[in-house]
Amino acid sequence: MTRSSWAQRGVRALAVLILVMVVTFLFVHLVPGDPGRAILGAQASPSAVKDLDARLGLDQPLLAQFWTYVSGAVRGNFGASVSQGVPVTELMSGRLWPTVALIIYAALLTVVLTVPAAILAATRRGTAVDHAVRIGPLLGLGLPSFWLALVLIQLFAVKLGLFPPGGYGSTPWQHVRALTLPAFVIAVSILPFTVQSLRAAMVEAYDSEYVAAARARGVPSRRVLTRHVLTNAYIPAVVVLGLNIGWLVGNTLIVEKVFAVPGVGSLLIDSTLSRDFPVVQGLALLIAVLVILTNVLTDAARVRLDPRLRRPSAVAR
Amino acid sequence: MTVHAVPAVGGLARGTRTRRTLRLPVIAFVVLMAVIFIAPLLLPSPTAQNLDNILAPPSLAYPLGTDQLGRDELSRVVSGMRLDLVVSVLALVVPILVGSVLGAVAGWYSGKVDGTVGVLADTVQAFPYYLFVIVLAFFLGAGVVSILVAVAVVAWVSYMRIVRAAVQSALQQDYVRAAIGAGYSDWRILWRHVLPNVFKQPLTYAITDVVVVIVSTATLSYLGVGFAPPTPELGAMVADGQQFMGTRPLLTVAPGLAIVIIGATLAVLGNSIAHRSEAS
Repeated sequence: MTRSSWAQRGVRALAVLILVMVVTFLFVHLVPGDPGRAILGAQASPSAVKDLDARLGLDQPLLAQFWTYVSGAVRGNFGASVSQGVPVTELMSGRLWPTVALIIYAALLTVVLTVPAAILAATRRGTAVDHAVRIGPLLGLGLPSFWLALVLIQLFAVKLGLFPPGGYGSTPWQHVRALTLPAFVIAVSILPFTVQSLRAAMVEAYDSEYVAAARARGVPSRRVLTRHVLTNAYIPAVVVLGLNIGWLVGNTLIVEKVFAVPGVGSLLIDSTLSRDFPVVQGLALLIAVLVILTNVLTDAARVRLDPRLRRPSAVAR
Repeated sequence: MTVHAVPAVGGLARGTRTRRTLRLPVIAFVVLMAVIFIAPLLLPSPTAQNLDNILAPPSLAYPLGTDQLGRDELSRVVSGMRLDLVVSVLALVVPILVGSVLGAVAGWYSGKVDGTVGVLADTVQAFPYYLFVIVLAFFLGAGVVSILVAVAVVAWVSYMRIVRAAVQSALQQDYVRAAIGAGYSDWRILWRHVLPNVFKQPLTYAITDVVVVIVSTATLSYLGVGFAPPTPELGAMVADGQQFMGTRPLLTVAPGLAIVIIGATLAVLGNSIAHRSEAS
């Protein structure tokens, strides 16, 4: 990858970042009518609405408001929550760890479920196993996370008592137990993408001349799989996982809400329901920045993982 | 392991096999559509209450039992399937058109236009799908319109990317270069030459995309935006049934399974069509 293409990507990421700030800023102004009125409800007195608007700076000209928002945000200041009075950053930091733990757990489960499924399908191509692995994820596409979560809670928490029905617990072991079902639901929601991409990449590798050559040399099929097929096929799968991080995080919101995990996602949904604008803005901006960063990192990881991309001149394509 | 060693079997054999694999998804789709659109005409009204017969277990008269207001659960599930499917298909009309036009323009005129459209698309995708849809729908206010707007804002991006890639690859083809050489206008080439060759790709993708929209419509309604209570909507029904999960699990399980059934049928159909058009 050349230096100029990295510069181009940087400029584009910056433009996206600025637009993301504009969009999160405009969230408040989507609300029909007066934002202060929307927060306080129809019964509030006009003076209370006016006070709240002034406190949120909503009585300022639009450009001035935007400037306050941007200059605060780059310094990590997103204002204070309307309903709780606490700074948004403080609310966030208290909720961060359950979400981070949940996402890591879900990503691990995704890998653990994807790799064997794709290997089974790609090594037994055209068999019933292959068809099952190809059709199974398609069924997962229409599986609503909130519903799967409810069903699993009923089965594994209420009926069998294997896991708590929600929450986060207070010891590491309780965290793992509490997050197992939520992480599974999230993993299921992104399996359709990862399994299909890993299987497709493996099938392509199996059809390649270097695998045919390895077989012709008498390389054992297990070694062909681990050294020749997987080393080439896992890169696109990693990229697909990275590019779908937004999808994964989006499902995390809903799953956290249903399992009552005290994370960023349930905070965001609850704040949206109660129209706590500063919290929603701050969280949406933070999450969007993380997604952009993940995409850039995914790009970088692809170059890191694939030696061919490090020396563009050597690519004979 | 010699499974992969069949590259010589191309042409006819592969064609007949893919045609056969398309038959089952199409039959499943037709049956599903028949059930969704005909059954509501034969079943009792999904909003007719019978307060003497609430939370009834499944019986001959009520195959899935009744809900907390004594309404026929089967009728509500089928009507809910119809509602979610119709709303989701309608929700995609605008994003398909807007995305395709932007994609065609971005693919045809590279450079600044392409860059601008790309930055817009990246911005939308920087927000997790559900974050954007939920925040937009809630802030715009409860109602079907909010769902439609939220989906439109998010969904055009995929169509833009698909059509953009298709137009870019069409630009390399001889028929387009011949048309350019003949001195036709850009508009004429895009409309008469490129479009007939690329329009199938966004439409094929749309079949699978409907599944995503159905799930998000149900999710929004489950969370409380979208359809008002008496309307039989699958996500709202799950939310209603949740409190009776211990005694009448069907009230939660049935509407969810209905979503899974529509989703599976459409996803398999879309996937088979995509595979067939790749093969040909």
